[in-house]
Amino acid sequence: MNDGPGFWRVVGLVAAKDLRIEWRSRVALNQVLPFAAIVMVLFAFAVDRLPRPAASATTETLLQTVAPGLVWLAMLFSLLLLVQRTFAVEADDGALDALRAAAVDAAAVFWGKTAALATQLAALYLLLLGTALVIYGAELRTSGIGLLAATWIAATLGLATVGTLYGGLAAGARGRETLLPLLLLPVVAPVLIGATRAVEAALGTGGTAVADGWPWVGVVGVFAVAFGAGGTLAFGALIDE
Amino acid sequence: MIGEHVADTLATEPSAASDDVASSGTATRATRLLGAAALVGVAWLAAFGLGFSPADRDQRESVRILYVHVPSAWLAYLAFVVTAVASGLYLFRRSHALGWDRVAGASAEVGVLFMGITLVSGMLWGRLTWGVFWEWDARLTTTAFLFVTYVGYLAVRGLGGSHQQRARRSAVLALLAVLEIPLVHWSVRLWRSLHQEATVLRPDGDVKMDGLMLFTLFVGIVAFTLMYAWLVVHRQRTLAAEDAADDAGLDRALAARRAEVG
Repeated sequence: MNDGPGFWRVVGLVAAKDLRIEWRSRVALNQVLPFAAIVMVLFAFAVDRLPRPAASATTETLLQTVAPGLVWLAMLFSLLLLVQRTFAVEADDGALDALRAAAVDAAAVFWGKTAALATQLAALYLLLLGTALVIYGAELRTSGIGLLAATWIAATLGLATVGTLYGGLAAGARGRETLLPLLLLPVVAPVLIGATRAVEAALGTGGTAVADGWPWVGVVGVFAVAFGAGGTLAFGALIDE
Repeated sequence: MIGEHVADTLATEPSAASDDVASSGTATRATRLLGAAALVGVAWLAAFGLGFSPADRDQRESVRILYVHVPSAWLAYLAFVVTAVASGLYLFRRSHALGWDRVAGASAEVGVLFMGITLVSGMLWGRLTWGVFWEWDARLTTTAFLFVTYVGYLAVRGLGGSHQQRARRSAVLALLAVLEIPLVHWSVRLWRSLHQEATVLRPDGDVKMDGLMLFTLFVGIVAFTLMYAWLVVHRQRTLAAEDAADDAGLDRALAARRAEVG
């Protein structure tokens, strides 16, 4: 069983390989990032001119109010592209078959790919949040930084585990480009709900307190743990064909 | 996709194997009995639901929609539980019997059908009783997610590849749905609890239900369960026939190629 390289070594190798491919091909940088940026601009077109409810006492613009949710929505759309990408890389030249033939632990491959995907998502979120600060006028507050960081880690991990799992499911199948969104978007709904509420609390959107946000980080954390465990158990059965 | 393949096989080369598939049918004595019982049950439901049971004091005639809505919701949940159990039996038994996979697939198809009926009948009832088609209530939202999830499950079953490949993929997906649905329900319930004043639109007359209404509902559940069993048995058999025709087509192609070479 344990003849090959150790678990963590495989995780590290697979993650480093994926990140190196992304760095050299620049697909994430040149295509996914501009895509996410244009999505955020389009969101602004869609909601900016809607009138505020007359009764609301806040001085926020509508864009400021919805900014946390829009950033996570842009993240979900980008996730679809990144997941397609991370398994397209494996499908080319029979790379996934080679990986299987190397007789390494499938769970280690799962966590390696998850780590690479989570790294890309985490970087993307920082850029998109920065964009939201600039073009949506969202504002950070120092008391919410801890909550924001916790949400950032938990949500990118959750999205990466579930993305790798469902990406592996659709990998190598005809028609996966259209199938993946149908499979993935319903599953990540809890992350969208939880991460949006947590970031709202961290930024103080609509007058929410920082303390209101921590239960939502819990929701996202439970999600990440559940699908991390699911992926550890099921990934081997999915790619072993 | 597989259906077309069967049609092709039957049309181009009517050999002994495909004749068997075409002529034997999927009914047996037991399933004919089951089908007849389901038919009688549905007739009873129509008689009680539309005729004998009284109109509700608050909901009036629209309460009759519930005699379809509640049984189909129950059936959809039953169907998805059966899918999950059959998927587990496929995946964790050493034999990896495709029979369990086909039961899972047949049950999911029927489940999606009944879930669709649940959603449509629920929306019609909601329009009449609440005044709106849709309410962002946790149960409604989860039901919609459940529906989309199993539509995706059926799409994965149609992806192609070998039978074992299809079975393994879809079994994992069915078990992941067991993981997903409680998470979605939990998060949506939290979401609602923070953003909505107490749901005033819940029907509250349920507890003190008229005896005849309760009986009608019971008839509906029995009738729909019989119908479910009948549909799943038949669908599972047609799926087996499709798989067999698939295999037979492959064998024939191999034999033809061997004959060419030899």
